[in-house]
Amino acid sequence: MGAVEDKVIDIIVDKLGVERAEVTPEAVFVDDLGADSLDLVELIMAMEEEFGFEIADEEAEKLRTVQDVISFVQARQAQS
Amino acid sequence: MTQMQVALVTGAARGIGRAIALALARPGLRVYINDVANFDDAALTQKDAEARGAQARVVPFDVADAGQVQQGIDDIVKESGRLDILVNNAGITRDNLIVRLKEADWDQVLTVNLKGAFNCIRAATKPMLKQRYGRIINIASVVGLMGNPGQANYVASKAGLIGLTKAVARELASRNITVNAVAPGFIQTEMTEVLPEKTKEEMLAQIPLGRFGTPEEVAQAVVFLAGEAAAYITGQVIQVNGGMLMV
Repeated sequence: MGAVEDKVIDIIVDKLGVERAEVTPEAVFVDDLGADSLDLVELIMAMEEEFGFEIADEEAEKLRTVQDVISFVQARQAQS
Repeated sequence: MTQMQVALVTGAARGIGRAIALALARPGLRVYINDVANFDDAALTQKDAEARGAQARVVPFDVADAGQVQQGIDDIVKESGRLDILVNNAGITRDNLIVRLKEADWDQVLTVNLKGAFNCIRAATKPMLKQRYGRIINIASVVGLMGNPGQANYVASKAGLIGLTKAVARELASRNITVNAVAPGFIQTEMTEVLPEKTKEEMLAQIPLGRFGTPEEVAQAVVFLAGEAAAYITGQVIQVNGGMLMV
């Protein structure tokens, strides 16, 4: 598993208080990981801090699954 | 608590804001004294807060300007690492009868009193969410609950602050951030000093305790809400009004 995947999963485990095993790529934050709307905001804030870029609200709304976030971060890093 | 606590009080150069900054001031607390004018007075508040053993800084941003507020609160968090207590006290009056109330006066009062609090809450929420701790206290007014002729703009802003308090209290409660309001009655400050004697006499007649309040008496309610003793209180309005209104 790559460094980005690891970091993203660390943050999700920390912020949502879920078991690592539950954080599969397909897991949907709201349905599978029990996140509420404030959890999602906090998750995005933590990603911004960890990876050092801003995530616009319109982009954040599209990030529904663990894989969505991993792909998003990888794409952003590839850009820079 | 051994960690330093960090507080921001808006409109703290004079009046109730100054009394709040001083009442919060103690060793182990750093208080940021915000004001957009009256810098000599703000410097005096700073000096008096330091005399009480607190660390104090003056931060001259305009609460009505969202960009300035964001920058100001970012700078506070950068310097102090956290923000525990936010007191939204900055407020102005532009009184007139509704038929004579100018649009500019409506806008200005709503912008400073209500949008100013929104700007500060929005910027302060991020660090408070991260630290899983926060105390937000909005200074409303008795007139926000009972109305007052000649103050439609001010009354609307203060009633709006009470609604804002309740909405945000529900949003942030799960993260150990409490949001409350203090509604002062008739308090002796520069803001009320300018009222006609006749108005003051009429007000006094409505106050069961038979006197006007002091800024320090309002500040004590804020200190209570900001402290550990109030951990289970959120979304409430504490009235400090000498019995002028009882609800």
